[in-house]
Amino acid sequence: MISPVEAILVVPAIAVPALALVSDYRLGAGINMLASAVSLVAAVFLLFAEHPRGDLIIVDDFNIFLIVLTSFVGFTTSVFSASYIAHEIEIGRLTPAFLRFYHAMYQALMGAMSVALLANNIGLMWVGVEVATLSTVMMVGIYRTREAIEAAWKYFILGSVGIGLAFFGTILVYVVAQEAVGEGLPGMTWDLLLKSAPALDPKLLSLAFVFLLVGYGTKVGLAPFHAWLPDAHAEGPTPISAVLSGLLLNVALYALLRFKMVLSANVAAIDVGAIMVTLGMISFVFAAFMLYRRRDIKRLFAYSSIEHMGIAAFAFGMGGPLANFAGLLHMTMHSLIKSAIFFAVGHIAQVKGTQRIAAISGISTTHPALAVLFALAVIAIAGLPPFGMFTSEFMLISSTFARQPALSVALVVGLLVAFGALVLRLQDIVFGDPTGKADPAQASYVPAFVHLALVLAAGLWLPEPVVQWFRIVAAQLG
Amino acid sequence: MPSLMFDIAHLLAGSMLVLSFLLLYQDRIAAVINVFALQAIALSLSVAWQALVQDAPALFVTSALALIVKGFVVPTALRHIIRRLEIDREIEQIIGSGPTILTGLGLVALSILLMQPVGEVNVYAREDLAFALAVILLGLLMMITRRNAVTQVVGFMSLENGLILAATGAKGMPLVVEVSVAFSILIAFIVFGVFVFRMRERFDTVDVSALDRFRGERTD
Repeated sequence: MISPVEAILVVPAIAVPALALVSDYRLGAGINMLASAVSLVAAVFLLFAEHPRGDLIIVDDFNIFLIVLTSFVGFTTSVFSASYIAHEIEIGRLTPAFLRFYHAMYQALMGAMSVALLANNIGLMWVGVEVATLSTVMMVGIYRTREAIEAAWKYFILGSVGIGLAFFGTILVYVVAQEAVGEGLPGMTWDLLLKSAPALDPKLLSLAFVFLLVGYGTKVGLAPFHAWLPDAHAEGPTPISAVLSGLLLNVALYALLRFKMVLSANVAAIDVGAIMVTLGMISFVFAAFMLYRRRDIKRLFAYSSIEHMGIAAFAFGMGGPLANFAGLLHMTMHSLIKSAIFFAVGHIAQVKGTQRIAAISGISTTHPALAVLFALAVIAIAGLPPFGMFTSEFMLISSTFARQPALSVALVVGLLVAFGALVLRLQDIVFGDPTGKADPAQASYVPAFVHLALVLAAGLWLPEPVVQWFRIVAAQLG
Repeated sequence: MPSLMFDIAHLLAGSMLVLSFLLLYQDRIAAVINVFALQAIALSLSVAWQALVQDAPALFVTSALALIVKGFVVPTALRHIIRRLEIDREIEQIIGSGPTILTGLGLVALSILLMQPVGEVNVYAREDLAFALAVILLGLLMMITRRNAVTQVVGFMSLENGLILAATGAKGMPLVVEVSVAFSILIAFIVFGVFVFRMRERFDTVDVSALDRFRGERTD
């Protein structure tokens, strides 16, 4: 009997070569869903299994919630992807040969993210993030249009620069740690690093963090390192936009938070919180204003991702039990809502045959179900009650107001500006004069509605065990 | 004779840095590839020397990988690509090679300054890391100043050379990482290969500036 951890890692490893060999795209989509479902089951089992700890792999309260979230969104996206690609094949935008590659890369991405999340070794985690990045680069360029290739190229160049600097930071952490922890594997192990953090050289540790922040911060999409993000989201296939926004950004933020924990445990090191607050604030204020001039619907929500990752980074930068709790909740809600939005947007773009906002209007007349889904998702991402994002934003604002009233003004302004932009767009898209085709959508709305139901449930009533669990993690984050 | 050992290590790392500067102002693509191959060989020697000094035979694998993959296989493949794309005789206009070199010098100074605190933890790692950071930053600079896809690739691989130099300079860093780095370079190369070919399919030139039509927003 293999353990859940092994299952999470082995399933994608088997699925990648299998999917590369399957030439029928329907079978490929089926295997993709099956593999994602097995990973999800394994992740749920992991919740109840004993938490293993080794030199390379660790499961603790912090990463387990992200593992469950990742495999859940991975599974629902694979279901969405099956209906999405069927349409793309029909209109001839993709060929079956490309789909073999697409499915293999999808599982490679899922596997790489699991490695990054489960790793107890900062080097292994880096490898996970890097492989995840490369596999998404390939998928962003899959349509092979001029725009898609430019987007993939930009993503590749900026992503690899980021990942290069993150690796240099990782090496520096090892150089600092080997003095205190010892050479070889122990010098790169999370839990040992955390334990011996007070004994580490603060100057060098701070320097290492600067490299890590720029490196992983690029992946998180924090301004001013975000240039790749809107292009990659807009030009790639929509399922990939969903996992990029919903999952990969989280994984990169997780990496940063792990390093933040080490630095917070060392009193003499730089104040990581202040840096994260600053970057987070720049990101969400900038992105909120950028929302107004977008003409491409996927690009609009890509900027919204920058905004929300900025808010999450801001929350973790503020620190303390309440703000960290808000940050964790925000990450979770953003994953669920943003992937639901991309599911809806994917279908909208398919039925209307365009991503231009000006050409998409009045979907409430042409596609009522889709309009309801889209409207609910946008209301949720705008942070209106009763959805879960209202809870996390409210907690963050009240915690910020109690400690740094001036910062809470910036936070509220950013949120309101973004809210205005989203409501403006929502009105035109949903209630404007109907344009474009009114063909019925061949789509499965189930994944998106499941996400929204979870978000709604979280907004109305968070179960006690989840609250306890977030509290424990929030306390660990310092 | 520890001092001699470090002198040799610094000599090799220093030669990598010099080759980085050479890369900055080569205007023929074929010459860029040749200099890159030389840098990979210097990296291989440097890693091999670290393997001897640190008594870490596993590092010889990294050294051999650098020599075979980046010293020979990748340059050969790149030469093949530029011949196929008929850009092997092309002269690339570099925007201001003088200011570029000056910026490069500034970056080297910056690396030395940044790595100063390492000396308090580990005196021997300081120079290695300073050299490595300089090579990384110069690789970055090359990626920014070049407009041609192939030379940007070389800039990226030069950056990776710097990363490996840093990783091997840190004593006892687990092999897991080095092997994976070597793998990732291989992957990166495949990615690039695919991209370069796609670009050639779609555009008349692999000059990345040809892609600049699309800046941020659709206009259609």
